[in-house]
Amino acid sequence: MKNTYLRIRGLSKRFGDLVVLDAIDLDIPLNSHTTVIGKSGIGKSVLLKCLSGLLMPDSGEVFLDGTPGKFPQCAYMFQQNALFDSQTVWENVALPLRERERISQKDLSHRVNSLVEQLELENAVDKYPAEISGGMKKRVALARALITNPEIILFDEPTTGLDPERKFSVFDMIRSYRERFGFTVIMVSHDVPEVFGITDQVAWLDAGKIKYWGSPEDLEISPPPELEAFLNPKLSSQSSAA
Amino acid sequence: MIGRIGRKGISFVSELGELTLFSASSLGSLLRGRHLVEKLFRAIYEIGVRCIPITLIVGLFTGLVLGLQLYYVLTKFSSESLLGQAVALSIIMEIGPVFTAIMIVGQAGSALSAEIGIQRNAEQIDALKTMRIDPLAFLVSPRLYAALICFPILTAFFDIVGILGGHLTGVSMLGVDEGAYWNRIYESVSLRNVRDGFIKALAFGLITTAICAFQGYFTHVKASVPGARGVSQTTTRAVVLSSIAILATDYLLTSFLLEK
Repeated sequence: MKNTYLRIRGLSKRFGDLVVLDAIDLDIPLNSHTTVIGKSGIGKSVLLKCLSGLLMPDSGEVFLDGTPGKFPQCAYMFQQNALFDSQTVWENVALPLRERERISQKDLSHRVNSLVEQLELENAVDKYPAEISGGMKKRVALARALITNPEIILFDEPTTGLDPERKFSVFDMIRSYRERFGFTVIMVSHDVPEVFGITDQVAWLDAGKIKYWGSPEDLEISPPPELEAFLNPKLSSQSSAA
Repeated sequence: MIGRIGRKGISFVSELGELTLFSASSLGSLLRGRHLVEKLFRAIYEIGVRCIPITLIVGLFTGLVLGLQLYYVLTKFSSESLLGQAVALSIIMEIGPVFTAIMIVGQAGSALSAEIGIQRNAEQIDALKTMRIDPLAFLVSPRLYAALICFPILTAFFDIVGILGGHLTGVSMLGVDEGAYWNRIYESVSLRNVRDGFIKALAFGLITTAICAFQGYFTHVKASVPGARGVSQTTTRAVVLSSIAILATDYLLTSFLLEK
């Protein structure tokens, strides 16, 4: 595995008596794609929210390039995109720059237009999110995430509710833009084994712990028995019935 | 029973504390945002400009009814000439600020609560946080300052139209002497009365806008059901609580201002 960029050690989060993350350890290499898999409601999104700062972890440490306590500059891609529905596509993409940075209107237009062009959204700039397709909305959300040049983009189940064809096109979009822009991806997904085609490493979250962590190739060759039951529930139920 | 009342009391005090912190943070966050003038003008349009018609209509009818009611009361004491004074003081000190605030809450406050509630449910507020944009500075603060500007101005509109409404009933329809009507107003209404009315308008503006924004902002924890029904629940609660707050604050301010 390449050099670790983001090192997570002992990350814990509980809600009341419910322990959701129990001393999670995870290493994320630079410019890699890591996918966190696991059952619904197991805490995958909580892990992303802790990394993005939306939730405060109860304990644990994050090392960025070896420096403790330094959180990476993350962008977050929400399941339902979280676009501002009363703003046009152009305004949505420009929002983080407009609200955060002292930037002239000329520079703002240049940066937004160039990104909009790279993500093939030129024909949608004056439209509202309700007027564009689901795939386009994802691209707008990605453009909004990319406009501030983040080091890491967190994807929270980006293919939820999409048909298989659109699912693959979203995965393809993530892969191609990651190659082009060079960001690091941490993604939460239910789409196994489809997601194995684009990810560099898989982390299996179960009962608050990362129980498997490795490349998808290794996983397919020799999956741990517990994880195999998660990946192939039909096979597992057939074998237990026999 | 006592335990239940105690729990309700603790919950009320705790919510009041949360609301106070929320309002203070929102007021303080104004300078953390960008494009303040643009946001302030948009908020003034939403809270102020769009509420002008309803304020004028309600003000006019309030003045008309007040003129009619007070005329028949004053006739019993042969004091019709005091109509101008009675109408003006009632409107400037009490009815103007209270009715204007209730009208703005009904129109702009409910819309504010619903809009922020929907933004919370659509994860737009979380999105702002992940973009490192302060949601309070972006969504709440401009509206609070706009309310501080709009409430007194709309109250002034209400007062003027209300007094004209009283004139329409008393002078034009019931025959009270026009000179007496205006002269009584001129003699009896002091700057202090007008100032007290504006103090109330400012207080109502701050309190009601904070309540409406607070209910919308925390719709995910305040509502007993999630989604659209949750937003409808918190919006209703925002309007009801704001209306109660207006009347309770009015009582407190009136007793305080009259004592001075």
